Amino acid sequence: MSDSLLSGKAAIAGLGATEFSKNSGRTELRLAMEATLAALADAGIDPKDVDGFSSYSVDKVPEYEIARLLGCDNVQFFSQVPHGGGAACGPVMHAAMAVATGVAKTVVVYRAMNERSWYRFGTGSYGFASSPIFDNVNYGWYMPHGFHTPAAWVGMFAQRYMHTYGATSEDFGRVAVAVRDFAATNPAAFFYEKPITLEEHQNSRWICEPLHLLDCCQESDGAVAMVITSVERARDLKQKPVIIKGASQGIADGQQSMTSFYRDDITGLPEMGVVAKEIYRQSGLGPDAIQTAVIYDHFTPFVLPQLEEFGFAERGEAKEFIRAGHHARGGKLPINTHGGQLGEAYIHGMNGIAEAVRQVRGSAVNQVDNVENVLVTAGTGVPTSGLILGEA
Amino acid sequence: MADQELIEKVRAMVGREYGRVYAWDKVNAPMIRHWCEVMGVSNPLYTDPAFARDAGFADVVAPPAMLQVWCMAGLDMENYPPGSTDENNFEVLKVIEPYGYPAVVAVNSDLYFDRHILAGERLYFTSKVDSVSDEKTTPLGTGFFVTVLMAYFSETAEGKPDEPVGKQLFRVFKFKPAQRPKAEEKPAGKAEKPAAKRPLPGISDDTRFFWEGCEAGKLLIQRCTGCQTLRHPPAPVCAKCHAFDWDTVEASGKAELYSFVVMHYPEVPPFDYPNPIGLIELDEGVRLIAGLVGIERDELKIGQRLQVEFERFDDQQTLPQFRPVAE
Repeated sequence: MSDSLLSGKAAIAGLGATEFSKNSGRTELRLAMEATLAALADAGIDPKDVDGFSSYSVDKVPEYEIARLLGCDNVQFFSQVPHGGGAACGPVMHAAMAVATGVAKTVVVYRAMNERSWYRFGTGSYGFASSPIFDNVNYGWYMPHGFHTPAAWVGMFAQRYMHTYGATSEDFGRVAVAVRDFAATNPAAFFYEKPITLEEHQNSRWICEPLHLLDCCQESDGAVAMVITSVERARDLKQKPVIIKGASQGIADGQQSMTSFYRDDITGLPEMGVVAKEIYRQSGLGPDAIQTAVIYDHFTPFVLPQLEEFGFAERGEAKEFIRAGHHARGGKLPINTHGGQLGEAYIHGMNGIAEAVRQVRGSAVNQVDNVENVLVTAGTGVPTSGLILGEA
Repeated sequence: MADQELIEKVRAMVGREYGRVYAWDKVNAPMIRHWCEVMGVSNPLYTDPAFARDAGFADVVAPPAMLQVWCMAGLDMENYPPGSTDENNFEVLKVIEPYGYPAVVAVNSDLYFDRHILAGERLYFTSKVDSVSDEKTTPLGTGFFVTVLMAYFSETAEGKPDEPVGKQLFRVFKFKPAQRPKAEEKPAGKAEKPAAKRPLPGISDDTRFFWEGCEAGKLLIQRCTGCQTLRHPPAPVCAKCHAFDWDTVEASGKAELYSFVVMHYPEVPPFDYPNPIGLIELDEGVRLIAGLVGIERDELKIGQRLQVEFERFDDQQTLPQFRPVAE
């Protein structure tokens, strides 16, 4: 452990989730309450004891309503982190900071959305208008050309990455095949018992060249919640404490949201580099100390530069790592053992944090042997975040 | 900010009065009956002479809400009966329009009634400019609320003053439309869907030069006048030296394909699919996103030489696009 004021101070003590689907058939508030109450029950914490909340955009369930329905009368900390999936690890970091500083003792972190049945993220129509507020002006460089989907924005980076390092669509496919293999043995996964082959990946239709359908995650409904408290208190609760050893957010030079096309080099994810440096520093750990990782996979191509930013492969060499199968079942760094967002569900990263918790607890359906530390990353191409979770 | 000259002109017109506009026909039972049928009004006072007489009236009564109807022009615009004024009681709109306020929308109309009007009466109205507001901004746009008050009279026998029967206040908004997708302006309930248009960009004071350049067929790049660094997308301040002053240079339009995608799904109108989009590196060194035109599949490769051209879409915006050229 380092001299960090954050590392090792807080733990994830409870975990709850709903089922993942394409149509939950109930309100987001209900999903949030189901997951939150399940997380509190998992931890063995009285709902009234919750005194902090954190979530992230574009979650529409307000913390005050959850607080009201839990019966909380003394909430001292709440935050909502921007940038959608890029924020995913941010609420855990905020909660850990609140606990480490004594601002709050019991923080619920949650994500609850009917993203598939109520919104959809990939329609190409987001209600941008022509008034001069920043988002309208910023996305005004793209919308008039019809360059308007996350898959397309990711594809622009991927094409350059492929050109620069010789990675291929098949390398992206190997990511999809490996996580779908994990999903196939995870009963909670949307694609349970539905593995794919590389050939199927290659034959799947174009969404946006260079991305095939099977490079893209499925949109999902569902909720995940967790409870964060001090390590000392967590030791006395029902579950094995999952220690927050490193937590950081990241914005780097030339940062934009999905459109950082103007950097000198667009083949890396320097905001992930910011996160990597900081969470390794806080935890005193390095890539060799990580047994399994949850690498944000809303689209396959960004998995490769993440492996590079976190030091699992040299710059441009993630394709060799992938071709060797190090990321797959039985590999030296199995990633996304729940099936990832490609295979389990797209809960914007929160289901990945949940998988990291299970891997540390030793309760994952695709449990990796001897897990001490798990890396979790958040959304790529946007201001982002990351965590190292581990055993005490 | 409204033009001071305009403000003075319209202020001077408030209180101006306009002459008589006559009704084509006397108030009459057939028109009342048609109106009542169309409007679904079933009060026998309006349609049954016997009932009206029992109620103490000499003939059927006109529904008060018909007040405006009697003096309307008819099917053809501005076709008023002989003797009517040829003045335009909304001439203030014509004064405002050339100052950049092309659009008009009716806002509200209030009717005031002095007494019942009976079949057989002949009506006319005179008008007065009641008020012109300060310049206001609404979701529709920026402009002026103009209120005209029309006073209705019933002609009486020679020598006696005509009798006031009611008033109508009519308010319109004469404005410069806010920029927004056209679809929103269509009234709800129209059967045919308006043709989809390309989304308009948000334009700010920091970026307007770029879009105005496109309208003029020029690809303009912002340049920091402090350190001469070129930048795109534009910003209010230089990220290198933090100087706020900038000017622009016109790009040669020569460029190279730095990266690209070909969009297939979802197909969103009005775009054609597959839709190739380039991350373009201009020879001047900055990058921008633009559509690729006239490009064959084997020309879609990083490093492909390109040249800018401009295309106007939907008669409302001009976009830069890039076409392959030989080395």
